Amino acid sequence: MKKIEAIIQPFKLEDVKEALKGIGIDGMTVSEVRGHGRQKGHKEVYRGQEYEVDLLPKVKLEMVVPSSRAEEVIRTVIQSARTGKIGDGKIFVYEVAEAIRIRNEDRGEAAL
Amino acid sequence: MNVRQMGWLGLLPAAVWAQETAGLEKKLADLEAAVQSAQSAGDNAWMLVSSALVLMMTGPGLALFYGGLVRRKNVLATMMQSFTLMALITVLWAVVGYSLAFGEGNAFVGDLRYLLLRGVDGRPNADYAATIPHQSFMVFQLMFAIITPALIAGAFAERMKFTALLWFMTLWALIVYFPMAHMVWGKGGLLNAFLGGAIPCFDFAGGTVVHITSGVSALVCALYIGKRQGYPSETMKPHNLVLSFIGACLLWVGWFGFNAGSALGSSALASSAFVATHFGAAAAALGWLLAEWLRNGKPSVLGAISGSVCGLVAITPASGFVKPIPALVIGFVAGVVCYLMVASVKQRFGYDDSLDAFGVHGAGGTVGALLTGVFATNAVNGALKDAQGNPLPLGLVDGNPGQIVNQAIGVLIAWVLAAVGTFVILKITDALVGVRVAPEEEVQGLDLSLHGEEAYNFEA
Repeated sequence: MKKIEAIIQPFKLEDVKEALKGIGIDGMTVSEVRGHGRQKGHKEVYRGQEYEVDLLPKVKLEMVVPSSRAEEVIRTVIQSARTGKIGDGKIFVYEVAEAIRIRNEDRGEAAL
Repeated sequence: MNVRQMGWLGLLPAAVWAQETAGLEKKLADLEAAVQSAQSAGDNAWMLVSSALVLMMTGPGLALFYGGLVRRKNVLATMMQSFTLMALITVLWAVVGYSLAFGEGNAFVGDLRYLLLRGVDGRPNADYAATIPHQSFMVFQLMFAIITPALIAGAFAERMKFTALLWFMTLWALIVYFPMAHMVWGKGGLLNAFLGGAIPCFDFAGGTVVHITSGVSALVCALYIGKRQGYPSETMKPHNLVLSFIGACLLWVGWFGFNAGSALGSSALASSAFVATHFGAAAAALGWLLAEWLRNGKPSVLGAISGSVCGLVAITPASGFVKPIPALVIGFVAGVVCYLMVASVKQRFGYDDSLDAFGVHGAGGTVGALLTGVFATNAVNGALKDAQGNPLPLGLVDGNPGQIVNQAIGVLIAWVLAAVGTFVILKITDALVGVRVAPEEEVQGLDLSLHGEEAYNFEA
């Protein structure tokens, strides 16, 4: 099993969700996060007092999928989240040691 | 009918005439009383509305304006400062404040003739406002005494103890505000242009009394109490500019009561002050925006509303003396000057006047008080007359350049009284209870640490 963690532009969330649904992935956890990579922030000025806002709002999606499907999911996220501009985000992939469904203690891929 | 009877009848017209004269006199007296009563009714209606409008400037106007500018953890504490003054100053005013400000007294402070509002009732006080009940005049002036200290709170927002606020404001009203109000508006006051002051200074609605005293005191407070923790390296953005926007608009509307109400009647002078007030605010909003746009590249909402408040401040002393076009000039100059004060001068000196009480009220009030000496004209306000009953020249535009000197003296007295008085009061307050909250309380936020509440309980 792999955990796929994608940090994307907030306005792309709906597109990505739709695309993932299209390939049969509907389990995911979404959180609103702030951060930055190469994308520069912006300047805000209040009565002449300048603030550099370098942590920008992003959305983080987390999914755990069978290893066989990982590449397909990654491709889908890339295609649906890409605008081609700096700030589109990143995807990180992790090995998952175990998955357990709390309700009935299913384990492994059966718990996904 | 015989001759005798005719002779008796001949007396009749005279008797009727005498009776008619008496009737006419009574009618005239009745009419005069009715006219007076009608004028009093009209004037008093406007003064009661104006009093309510001026109170609305403090709460919710100023409370929202300031509340939006602070961080989320301090919004309630900031609003509480304004609200507390609505209560505290009212009690102080009833006990001794009105008397110290408007009792006859000497050139610097009033006497105790109106202690506990003794004799302040429905009869007019002819010295101050002959057509409205003395009580209306008293309560109108009270609203000014409330908003003035509330303005100072912008300088020490987010870090002053509540107990210190109570001590500071009580002493400040007694030592700075009541004497200053007496000097400018009280009978026999040193600067009172209309009631026998030695140095006639024009201040229609409180450029010196309200805005310079509060603005300069604010600067002294900011310097004394020190910067907020993390200023200016940490982000201290306004937490809700929508609140500030609503507050500024309420201030603008309330200011019609402040300035046009200072005509103390529903007169042509009130209309003139109303117009000047509105024009000053409008031009100042544009002045600030333009300066900011040129310097920063963007015209901000906070800039527009801050500018309008600066214009309202600057037009305050001038509002009952100047024509509409000079009001535009005064507003525009104030908008630009105040912008430079907060965006450039404050940054250069590095003091933390958190909500720019000095940059807006101290600078705007000074600009307005001085320009009043330039633009004041007897075409607007003819209350000052020579022995023949001709109106005296008022400002530079009337050919009286010396008035600018008088205005400068008034400004100087207000600056010195506010600066020295505030410093002494801060020392006393610090010795009594300490002025500043503990560092951990400041980090936690004053809403929780001082009042045990939070403003936004979204989970509740």
